[in-house]
Amino acid sequence: MEALIAREIAPEPRQLSVVYNRADRIFRRIVTSGALTSLVLLGLIGVFLFVKSAQIFNDRGLSFITGSNWTAGSGDGVILDDFSIGPMLTGTILVSLIALIIAIPLSVGGALYLEFYAPFRIRKILTALLDLAAAIPSLIFGLWGLAVFTSFGERWSILLNSRFGWIPFIKVQNEVFGRSPFIAGCVLASLIVPIITSVTREVFSRTPRDLIDTCYALGSSRWGAIRTVVLPFGKSGVIGGAMLGLGRALGETVAVYLLLNIVFRYNFRILESEGGNIASLIATKFGEATQYELKALIAAGFVLFMLTLVVNMLAATIVQKSTVRK
Amino acid sequence: MSAVVIETNTAVPQPTTPWKQTRRNQIVSASTVAASVVIAVVIVLLTGLAGVDGWALTFLIVSLLVTAARAFKVDAKVRKEMFVSVAIFGTAALAFTPWMSIFASVVMKGARGFQPNFFVGDMRTTIPDDELNLGGAGHAIVGSIMMVLNATIITLPLGILSGVYLTEVRGRLTFLVRFVVQSMSGVPSIVAGLFIYVTFVNYTNSFSGLAGSFALAILMLPTVARTAEEVLKLVPDDLRSASYALGARQWRTSLLVVLPTVRSGLTTAAILGVARVIGETAPLLLTSLSSNSYVFNPLGGPISSLPTYVFGLLQIGTENATNRAWTGALVLMLLVFALFTTARFIGGKDRR
Repeated sequence: MEALIAREIAPEPRQLSVVYNRADRIFRRIVTSGALTSLVLLGLIGVFLFVKSAQIFNDRGLSFITGSNWTAGSGDGVILDDFSIGPMLTGTILVSLIALIIAIPLSVGGALYLEFYAPFRIRKILTALLDLAAAIPSLIFGLWGLAVFTSFGERWSILLNSRFGWIPFIKVQNEVFGRSPFIAGCVLASLIVPIITSVTREVFSRTPRDLIDTCYALGSSRWGAIRTVVLPFGKSGVIGGAMLGLGRALGETVAVYLLLNIVFRYNFRILESEGGNIASLIATKFGEATQYELKALIAAGFVLFMLTLVVNMLAATIVQKSTVRK
Repeated sequence: MSAVVIETNTAVPQPTTPWKQTRRNQIVSASTVAASVVIAVVIVLLTGLAGVDGWALTFLIVSLLVTAARAFKVDAKVRKEMFVSVAIFGTAALAFTPWMSIFASVVMKGARGFQPNFFVGDMRTTIPDDELNLGGAGHAIVGSIMMVLNATIITLPLGILSGVYLTEVRGRLTFLVRFVVQSMSGVPSIVAGLFIYVTFVNYTNSFSGLAGSFALAILMLPTVARTAEEVLKLVPDDLRSASYALGARQWRTSLLVVLPTVRSGLTTAAILGVARVIGETAPLLLTSLSSNSYVFNPLGGPISSLPTYVFGLLQIGTENATNRAWTGALVLMLLVFALFTTARFIGGKDRR
């Protein structure tokens, strides 16, 4: 009886409503249109690149992707224009994969060290340096690769070749070891390690502290806690970080331009000194391109744009999912 | 009488720190490291493994072996823990070595050309292989600063607007906008350059500083927008509620209450954006190119910038040209470093 009365007396929660007046509406419209610029810009990039290069896709169709020549015609019909990006596309993927395979374990190890093993003071210094390292221009990585890393990389290549030369993709045809996809991949790896490490560390640091403490209370070792709690929790963060790194590696121009011989031939031998990627192709050929070649370069840029867009959208989805789930 | 008894009973137990390393543990770890070093030195000297990398690798393997030898006496769990610790320390060292090496080599190799004339001179009458006290990169520094400033002027309002949209307005497209900003941050820099080339350079028929600024703005926007959003998220909701309770409309709340509280945070956003693009080379190769002398007019034809200056010298590749390139790299890195320190300083003030 008493409960009934109480229910009758309790007021209904008031319906909340938001009323925007004209000033508010104008404000919201301005802000919205500002926020939509990035959307429009992204769309415009895709549309413009596609429109400007439509002729190429029209002329060459699928052979633009699969063919392996980049020959500028002589203009008088003796040598015909023949532009296609097959080797550059596979080269892009090859170099990025090498970078990713090297970078992921290093980044996860680095992030685990920073988050769980490093003494407090060292962690603080290294985290600050890590942010800085993620902002080093890729030009400087290329410069470092050229002047410092190449000698190490060549020695490792010779070692790899002499021990594992029987594996098809490690075998070389010419015993010249500089400027190979392997070396470019190593430098790209050191370029994306800071990026992946900082994303991964961020996700690891969000692991609920009580879960880790529970592990310790149950008698687990530090590694036990990492294996059973931290890694499963941070898995999607690691994947998302790796995808971000991959996106960066796919579109890298200057470092690859400086470190790789651009040769138009399908090459999957990682120690051979030939290769290339789409971005460095554009940078190389842009200067003295004819009108038609320029269109082919824009088409190559469009392919690269779509490729990285897909990778980055995947990364954005994964990272967002992992940060929403607390 | 009874009071005395109670006092003795409620004596506060002293806190213990069982997780702290005892002196014995410290000695054991130190001796492990020492033993690894000694054995590694012996191995390197005997087998003739060369170079820094040979040393480091030998040391890593030897320390794993020494750990294994030490771990014989303890149970499986502790043994695994010891192994994993050494392995993680090793990978971390491997991950951090490249950029330590970069910091060191840029400072060492760049210091030689780090002279006053580098900041004022230009390359009009100097060929790249001249002595380092001739010529300089003043024109490139001025060009870089001008382009980045213009890019900031374009980007900052847009970035702030999308930050405000994501945190204050929260319209129907919130998810989409956040998603697009995220994926836009991965647009390859050369594609941004190509886009501006197709749309702007083609129509004005000349490479220019303004074209470079546009290309940089595309790359800068995601960074600024994301940082602005992060900063605006930190504004406590109480502040907004208080403003609404006093009768302010949304536009007044956003413009006069929320935005002023994050002024320094938005400065940080701008600085991080600048740090993101100051070293971009690829888009500038397609939009602003380079020149040998000072250019102050953003529409006055090709204009040099620090990254393209370094890049151009690298392609020449003679000894002094390379030295100049290293100095350029040093200046670039110092700029990034200064920007980051400023951002950290300002951002730290905001959080307090």
